[in-house]
Amino acid sequence: MPPMAADPLKFRDPARARALSSALEAVTRQMGREVSVMHVCGSHEQAIARFGLRAVFPRGLNVIMGPGCPVCITDVPEVDEAIALARQGVHIATYGDMLRVPGSSRSLADAQAEGGHIHVVYSIRQALDLARSIPDENVVFFATGFETTAVTTAAVVLGEVPKNFSILSAHKYIPPVMEIVAEMPDTRVEGFLAAGHAAAITGWGIFEDFVAHHDTPVVVAGFEPLDILAGLLRLVELVRDREHTVINMFPRCVTREGNARAQEQLWRVFRPIGGRWRGIAHVPNGNLRLRDEWAHVDARHRFTIDLTSLWDQAPPARAQECICGDIMAGISSPDNCPLFGTACVPDAPVGACMVSGEGTCRIWHQYGGARPDLSGSIGAVCGVLR
Amino acid sequence: MCLGVPGRIVAINGLVATADFWGMRREVRLELVDQPVEVGDYILNHVGYAIRRIPEIEIQATLDLYEELLREAGASNDLMAADVKAEIDATNGR
Repeated sequence: MPPMAADPLKFRDPARARALSSALEAVTRQMGREVSVMHVCGSHEQAIARFGLRAVFPRGLNVIMGPGCPVCITDVPEVDEAIALARQGVHIATYGDMLRVPGSSRSLADAQAEGGHIHVVYSIRQALDLARSIPDENVVFFATGFETTAVTTAAVVLGEVPKNFSILSAHKYIPPVMEIVAEMPDTRVEGFLAAGHAAAITGWGIFEDFVAHHDTPVVVAGFEPLDILAGLLRLVELVRDREHTVINMFPRCVTREGNARAQEQLWRVFRPIGGRWRGIAHVPNGNLRLRDEWAHVDARHRFTIDLTSLWDQAPPARAQECICGDIMAGISSPDNCPLFGTACVPDAPVGACMVSGEGTCRIWHQYGGARPDLSGSIGAVCGVLR
Repeated sequence: MCLGVPGRIVAINGLVATADFWGMRREVRLELVDQPVEVGDYILNHVGYAIRRIPEIEIQATLDLYEELLREAGASNDLMAADVKAEIDATNGR
């Protein structure tokens, strides 16, 4: 067995998990009041649900899921652009989660049912392979995801690209949206758990200005149960001590400077512009668009994208009742939504939070149709982990 | 889409490596990783790209950090700290 094969298990060690959750409970109890913190990563929520961590979060600690699901925050006009291109006969390749994300009147899955050529890929490399295999057709990669994913798109743009291949960028950049959430007037959030993989690219140093401006601590955490428990413990300690600083709890993958090589490629290919994040707000510098010098691979430059044909149909009435925006902003939970689990289910989602495997509603639904709380017992996590 | 997975490099051919993910082998591109990667190294994979070489020493360092954290958290509550320490030591077979 290779030496590291067992290492992820170390990060699921029940005794350490129990010890960390006891410490977390003690620190929260010391506070003598409710504490709300936010994580900004769908993968954190997934790990929290999968390992039943909410069951061991102490009463009084409110762990809110922020706008961390890249599929969920891809905005309606961006989805419409991909659908319009598909209706123009272009082959669309994209990540699987994107298929059922609703646009203004339909999803890419609907476009596929109508005869559109929609291809699900795991990596942008497969979209390139697809383009090479059908040289007489146009292939557009509908590029979604945060900086961790955007760097892979950048690497492709900087390499050899077939003539029939272009990119529709809906990539998003996380740091600016943390500013938005921190400045929300109703916010109860006192600290942030930042996503380890995004920080692997940007480095944890990027949060130093943020903590100074917003008087709030940031802890960078990984995705194993121990990473999350340890990250939360450190975060609550920082809140208690009013220490507005950045702590890196994921040193095996994150450095202060981050991945300079990937950053260099990211900013050579993309420029940040302001744009809407679905359900959140207009986020200054939150969207990543291809720079002008890459116009030859930019689908927005190469095609005239006609969205008006998609506006013949009003959005389904149900969608008006959807509270995804409040859920992603951390103001509401899925159980506050009248549609959750009845009119909006994984097989027939209404809102983006139910569409994506990383969406809060989908995760809650998957783990019992309510707040993922296995039993409320401190031993639950250890039972799951064993 | 977001899940980064650690894998072990088993072969390298230019900018394309083969990595082992718990018995499953997959192609991993090396354009983005900022340190030299060799066969036997561990990398963090994200949608087919290595984004970080994971130094093995950091894995133990992280676990040590968590123990340190527990000691500090326990400092204000001696009884619990002792329990916590005992549990960790028990797992380590000390």
